[in-house]
Parts: sequence; C-alpha cells; structure tokens
Amino acid sequence: MIDSELAALYQDIIIDHNKSPRNFREIPPPRHEADGYNPLCGDRLSVYLTLDGDRISDVSFKRSGCAISVASASLMTEVLKGRTAEEAKALFERMHALLTGQDDGPSDIELGKLEALAGVRAYPSRVKCATLAWHTVQSALEDDNDSVTTE
Amino acid sequence: MAVTDPTVTRPTPDLGALRRDFPALHQDIREKPLVYLDNAATTQKPESVIRAEAEYYRHDNANVHRGVHTLSERATAGYEKAREVLAGFIGAKSAAEIVFTRGTTEAINLVAGAWGPANIGTGDEILLTGLEHHSNIVPWQLLAERTGARIVVAPIDERGNVPLDGFRERLGKRTKLVAVAHVSNALGTVNPIPEMIRLAHQAGARVLVDGAQALGHLPVNVAAMDCDFYTLSGHKMYAPMGIGALYVRQEIADRMPPWQGGGDMIRTVRFEKSTYAEPPQRFEAGTPNVGGAIGLHAAIDYLHAIGMAALADAEDQVLQYALSRLLEVPGLKLIGEPDRRVGVISFAVDGIHPHDLGTLLDHSGVAIRTGHHCAMPVMEHYGIPATARASFGLYNTPADADALVTALNQAREIFNR
Repeated sequence: MIDSELAALYQDIIIDHNKSPRNFREIPPPRHEADGYNPLCGDRLSVYLTLDGDRISDVSFKRSGCAISVASASLMTEVLKGRTAEEAKALFERMHALLTGQDDGPSDIELGKLEALAGVRAYPSRVKCATLAWHTVQSALEDDNDSVTTE
Repeated sequence: MAVTDPTVTRPTPDLGALRRDFPALHQDIREKPLVYLDNAATTQKPESVIRAEAEYYRHDNANVHRGVHTLSERATAGYEKAREVLAGFIGAKSAAEIVFTRGTTEAINLVAGAWGPANIGTGDEILLTGLEHHSNIVPWQLLAERTGARIVVAPIDERGNVPLDGFRERLGKRTKLVAVAHVSNALGTVNPIPEMIRLAHQAGARVLVDGAQALGHLPVNVAAMDCDFYTLSGHKMYAPMGIGALYVRQEIADRMPPWQGGGDMIRTVRFEKSTYAEPPQRFEAGTPNVGGAIGLHAAIDYLHAIGMAALADAEDQVLQYALSRLLEVPGLKLIGEPDRRVGVISFAVDGIHPHDLGTLLDHSGVAIRTGHHCAMPVMEHYGIPATARASFGLYNTPADADALVTALNQAREIFNR
C-alpha cells in the first residue's frame, strides 16, 4: 500500500516527467544558457533557451538529479515556452511562494500542472531541488548577452 | 587508575536490550517506529551520557584550572578525569597525550596549524588516500598552500580498498606526513593501518590517523598501532556533540608550538613575550567543553561495560546480515565492497536518485544519509554524485535491516508504478 503523503509528493505526473523528461536536450548556439549547482547534494543543471524578441521561443535542460528536480525542470520548460521574460519571472515568484508555503491564496497567475510540486513544501530540505531549475532559468534570462554562447 | 582493557572479550551483548538505554530511539516518525541508520553522521546518546552532562551543569558547573573554590575544583577534577579515562580507552601512555578539541575536524586543523608549519616546508609531501573525508583533505591543502608542500594521494581500487602497493609507491624521501582514515565514512572500508604506519615510519614520515568512524565500533590502541596522531569525535561514539580529542605522541607534543592563543595555554604573559604551558594545556586555549568531556567519560564507561571486542563482533553480525538482505533488493548495487568493512553500507538503487530514496525511506521511519558524505573524491572515483548510506550502531538489530529492506521495496513500488 502506498502511503498517501508520499503519493502526494510523488504524484503520477512527477514520476512520469522523471522517467521521460520533456525538452531534455541541448539547444545549439546561439542561445542563452546558465548552469545551476546545488552544493548540498552535488546536483548540476544546465538550462538553454532562445528568445524571439522578449518571448521564449525554445527552452530546454540537461541534468542528472533527483525525481523532484528533474520533474520540476521538465514541467518548467513545458510551461515557459512562448512566455515573455516578465511572465517567466512572475511565474517563478508564484512557484517560489507555493514551494515555500508562502502561498497567499488566489492569484491572476495560473500555475496549472506546476501545482503538482506543491507537496515539496512539507520537506524543507527538498525545496531547493524544485527551485534550482527556476533560479537557473532566471539567470539565463538576466545575463542577456553575456551568457549567450556562439561557438 | 585502573582502566578496563577494552579488548577483553565478553559474551555477545544483547543488542535489543541496549536499545532501551537510548531515549531518542523510542519515537515514531510519520507514525512508524524510528529505525535510526545514520550513525556515521552521529550516534544517539544513552541516558547515562545525557544525565552525566546534565548533572554537571546542575551541580558542578564552574570554570576549570583557575578557581580555588569547590565548584571549580570539582569541574577541574571531572574534566581531567575524563582525559585520563579517554587516554586509557585508546591506549595512550599518559593523559598528557590527550588534547580535548571540538571534534575530529578541529583536531586535524590543530595538527595542520601547529605541527604543520614547523615540520613541513616547500617541496615536502603530504600523503593522503582517495578515501578521505573532506576534513582530512582541506586542512592539508590549506597547509600546502601556505608552505609550498604538495598533496599526494594513494588511490583506491574498484572495491574501495587502498591497495598497499599504490600506497608504498607514493611514499618517498619528501613525505613528511601520512594522513589516513582508520575507517572510511563513505564506504566503511577499514584501512590496513598497522601496515601503513610501519611503511610510513620506514620512510621517515609521521602518521595521523582519522579515527572518527572507528572509535565506538572497534577496539583502538594507539600505542600498539604506533601512530603519531589520532583524532576522534565524541558524538560518533555515543558522547555529546562538541567534544572530541587529538592524541599526540608525547615527544611530538613536547616540541609542538601552540596553535590558538589565549587563556589556559600560557605559563606567563608579558607584552614583550609570553611562555607557554606544557602539553596538553598548551593546545587548549580558552574555556573548554567541560560538560562535553564529562559526557564523553560517561560514554566510555558505557562502552566499557559492553566491551569493545564483544560489541565489534555483535555489530559485525548485524552488518553482514544487512549486506545479505540488501542484495535481495532488485536493482540495488553496493557502492564499494571493501575487504574489511565496519559500520557503513553505501548503495544505489536503479532508477531512484539517492535523495528520493532518503525521503521515501523517512516515510517508513527509516533514517539514512544521502549525498556525497563529505567525500566528493570518493563519489568521483565511482562516477556518481551521491549514494544512499545506511550506517549502524550498537543498538541496531537484524530487525532494523529488515525494516530497511521493506522500505526500499516500497520505494521501488512507488517509482515503478
């Protein structure tokens, strides 16, 4: 029998995205990219994206990590495609509030399937697993020309 | 003072009965009884240790080595008695060879900071092994950066042993110090310490043995081992956190300059020049952790009552049983299969990251450690970022190994659905 709290953390969608991560690839240059590192567990993550004006036209990632971190990155890439940098930032702030339990009720920003990660807030040591991809994509977006590799 | 010989063999202790002495073990985690398998990180404390430290603060608390009043006399007596008991426990020739520290990390930093610069210079070599904990790597790197010395590493093989041939080849005329773990915290490997010390001494090097993972599991005798330095952490041997020790051979201690400066480590202080106390006080600046030392004394009494040889045998039986049960779990791979192992089993399960395993097992009440275990070079050797690690203590029983296996199978069920 599967423990109900555990089932809430490791929902079907998380298990699925961990087994078959979406957008799990490198985008060839020119691209924006950033690396994320969690010194606590040694997990590393790379995020790649291309912009069409201010809009994210493609976003992908490569990493090896726990199910929470892989599923979080995978879901993030699905949700961010087609959004503006500003929308991405707003989503991140909303996600962060959800994951750290500071969710202050209804908001204009729909999280949709990202809500599957809400179970993480019961595990403070695992919150960083879920937020690392979001921190990294922010840095890929903010570093504009500096992080674009053209080799 | 008569200290019981820790190697005296006694009947196999009843491990199930010993559990009763550890209050923290008797609780439910997420509605399941706690199965504590993170002893390499820290052990739980028996009631007698908790009481000894509490009683010190209730009745005898005072600063040591300075007051003439009754409480100070009592605190000093308790603190120095703990030193004497620890010296006996690890087979030191005298209590003067025991320096109290916060733990192993501080003990290693003390050697690197005091003995290091006086004995290691440009072009000299410090030999480590591929198994070391970060605390037996980084202090030597800092020393090497300051002095122009070089770090040399004896490699580990696929099974997680440090082969003596590779070790011998790296000992040379420039090797001034060998710093090696008695037991690996990441893999449980027991290093061939007597042979390593003999080879190192033949090459003219001093030897520091990091005993953090050995004491509390194995009988240790520093005189028989013939090491020059031995370091330990109380909290990994059922004593409180914040107390540990450095054993330093008397003739080395006599010539070793001070490390930290302050009160208690001096003979005279004048603005022109100060003179320093004899060892061990020379290396204990400031107010020490008296309550911790008294707790450590109580922990040693507790271990004495069981007998270290009997305890080692009983623990090994549980460890071997756990190894055989773990191999029944489909997709489980042991990380490291050393020739001689104590206390620790590192493993990986196909398709489940160690951190997920840690969370999943916690839901079954089973506490294990996941991550790099402060031994990143060991992880690099195996090409993995992390492992799951179950580590055993004197109160763990075969039933705990069974609970671990059941929890692992449940974790697989969740991930394979």
